[in-house]
Amino acid sequence: MLKGKAFKFGGGISTDHITPGRLAHLRSDLPKLAKHVLEDADPTFASRVKKGDFVVAGSNFGLGSSREHAPLVIKMSGVSAVLAKSVARIFFRNAINLGLPVLTCDTDGINDGDELEVDLAGGTVNDISNGKKLTFGKLPDVMLKILGEGGLLPYIQKHGDFKL
Amino acid sequence: MGKTLAEKILTQKSAGDACAGDIVISRVDLAFVQDTTGPLTVRQFQAGKFERLADPERTALFFDHAAPSPNRQLSNDHQLLRQFAKDMGCLKYDVGSGVCHQIVAEALAKPGDVVVGSDSHTVTAGALGAFATGMGSSDVAIIFALGKTWLRVPESIRVNITGRFKTNVGAKDLVLYLIGSIGADGATYKALEFGGKGLKNLTMSDRFTVANMAVEAGAKVGLFPSDEVTQAYLKAQGRGKDFQPLAADKDANYEKTIDIDLGRLEPMVAKPHQVDNVARAKELKGTKIQQVFIGTCTNGRLEDLAIAAAILKGKKHHPDTRLVVAPASPKVLLEAIAAGYIKTLLEAGAVILPPGCGACLGLHQGILGDGEACLSTANRNFKGRMGNPEAFIYLASPATAATSAVTGEITDPGEVS
Ligand code: SF4
Repeated sequence: MLKGKAFKFGGGISTDHITPGRLAHLRSDLPKLAKHVLEDADPTFASRVKKGDFVVAGSNFGLGSSREHAPLVIKMSGVSAVLAKSVARIFFRNAINLGLPVLTCDTDGINDGDELEVDLAGGTVNDISNGKKLTFGKLPDVMLKILGEGGLLPYIQKHGDFKL
Repeated sequence: MGKTLAEKILTQKSAGDACAGDIVISRVDLAFVQDTTGPLTVRQFQAGKFERLADPERTALFFDHAAPSPNRQLSNDHQLLRQFAKDMGCLKYDVGSGVCHQIVAEALAKPGDVVVGSDSHTVTAGALGAFATGMGSSDVAIIFALGKTWLRVPESIRVNITGRFKTNVGAKDLVLYLIGSIGADGATYKALEFGGKGLKNLTMSDRFTVANMAVEAGAKVGLFPSDEVTQAYLKAQGRGKDFQPLAADKDANYEKTIDIDLGRLEPMVAKPHQVDNVARAKELKGTKIQQVFIGTCTNGRLEDLAIAAAILKGKKHHPDTRLVVAPASPKVLLEAIAAGYIKTLLEAGAVILPPGCGACLGLHQGILGDGEACLSTANRNFKGRMGNPEAFIYLASPATAATSAVTGEITDPGEVS
């Protein structure tokens, strides 16, 4: 069971909001880069987020660039899962490859600051602050297998190949 | 049931019969990274303790986003990539070689290939009939090592093209119109497949512009059939042998069909801060711009510079508007010099950047000031994209961009010519 606070964002949060090109020179210094996570969407996020918290967003989260640094700095900031109405393709794949769960559900009912409980195996989100319960779509099997090993690299190291 | 282009290519590259919705393990014919995604790819490859590449001759590293490097950190990243190329014996396109997608188009991708790059605009090569898609550093590190990846065979949306462009209207207007109508997530996880009688009126350069922006509608791939236009292009690159004709089956199954008559399109502009926030250029008349940027993998080709030069011939850019031009490759630059376009652009007051991404992603070479607006021929106008979250980016065609550079405000090219 994952537990934490919701940080609510709108729709269309791009990889430029998460980790913009102007910070490309920090991509080999990840702890420094992570201090700027989601800076162009909410400059206070990085200083407020705590281990276990959730990024909760509208539709098409993570659209744009293929930069894996986007899910990477979100993960490094302590976020335990991203919840969004829908997620852009490359971001989705990158997040799973890094072992960061990305869950699609109707996030409209979740407010900024709500305390959430997420049951990854059961597929449910419990909004403790307002008593609402949500279900999220099951990840495709291949992604569950990769996530189950903690990401793509550990998966391949264990299996030596794609055994999907 | 017949097959879409996506299904056809993935059937060929995987063992078995690829149908939309299937998960396949596909061979990858070309894998590449650029200088801002490459270092993480190299580190993941090393963390995986892989010792060699599956195919060094089909593995490429591009130095284009920071070319030449503006700072010490990126220079160190370049060193890491150069060392990796040396150790592994793969292809290396160092600073000055141009934008990765342009080089992939000119020299590397061919019809029927599966191409994966750690750059979202890898979709550009779909114009050649290659299943070309972007992935992150970890996925590409594994492809570097194993020569294959997993893919979900996408459902396809057919875009049926008819007619021909009116004067001052081009491929950028077509793709902006398309994205404006289906939305920035209108094709998420899908293939956009272009077809129809009007395709013969789209040059290879037009097709690259359109395929390039497929990802701005969320698409996994933007595919064109491989036809006479493709063949002529490959021949002109000295790669006639790489040609094979390729098209979807007539009875292929599409999720839906979108009809576009090229003759009905008008100059379009994407307004800040989303690519699907599209309006007709006319409607934005009077919007002042402090910079015009012509270049990128979307519109930095010879044909684009030709259009800009024709409009700017004998004119000067507006005194309140800077004009920045980045040819997509050295080949483009050389041909533009030979054709006199560069002279014309310089005489109009343009700054010519070295071949590469230039001002596109806000690393250097044309970062915007607070409150400034830029009209760019690039593919993205996200907040902060050009280095400043307090700036505003509008996207348009080379014709609209060049015209607006003269007037200092967003201008439909038809209104001045
Ligand atoms: S020109 Fe712009 S969009 Fe194209 S690869 Fe370079 S940074 Fe990306």
